[in-house]
Amino acid sequence: MVSVQREDFNIQAEIDALVQGHRGIGAVVSFIGLVRDLHSGESLTNMTLEHYPGMTEKALVEIEAQARIRWELTGVTIIHRVGLLAPCEQIVLVVTASAHRQAAFESAAFIMDYLKSRAPFWKKETLSSGQAQWVDAKETDEQAICRWQNT
Amino acid sequence: MHILYFAHIRETLGLAEETINCNANTVGLLLAELSQRGALWKEMLEDNTRLQISVNQTLAKRNTRITDSDEIAFFPPVTGG
Repeated sequence: MVSVQREDFNIQAEIDALVQGHRGIGAVVSFIGLVRDLHSGESLTNMTLEHYPGMTEKALVEIEAQARIRWELTGVTIIHRVGLLAPCEQIVLVVTASAHRQAAFESAAFIMDYLKSRAPFWKKETLSSGQAQWVDAKETDEQAICRWQNT
Repeated sequence: MHILYFAHIRETLGLAEETINCNANTVGLLLAELSQRGALWKEMLEDNTRLQISVNQTLAKRNTRITDSDEIAFFPPVTGG
């Protein structure tokens, strides 16, 4: 399940929804990304998440599909928030469910690595100084994809 | 064709989207044509080595073929998650 939304999410509710009614689940792994309250030592006032409506959902659906091809998964939930967020707020949730833990752990990492490099979101930070700046993509994010391309 | 601009490219060019008639049949040719609008356009688009491109909401490259009914987007490297 994929969702791009302004509203906050509740991790327990999402886990319950993913697990309920399914048999054979032995492992559930979850990742939450938060708005960090510091940027190079300076306090963050807020963060704006911009996205490409339509393509964002399409990209996340495709990432989930790739994860399901690589691993035997009972369920996947990806939720990414957009709009104006405050420091320490939740940005993204990835939950994976499987019979065993290896698939659940690895697929969650795979989904986050691909989301960071391929899903069309852009972050703009407003710092306490009043300065607003677009976050720069990190080379390490693109490099993180490499570990999945030989497996 | 419908063109969308995102993030700092949208802010710098002052345009979120537009619909144009264009004969360019590749992304590269479209970039060249848009860059003729001025130095800022050339810097943000044709000369921008980090430029990301999508055609009909699928990631694309400068040699991707395009038609007049396509939706093309230009944006910086993504920073979600």
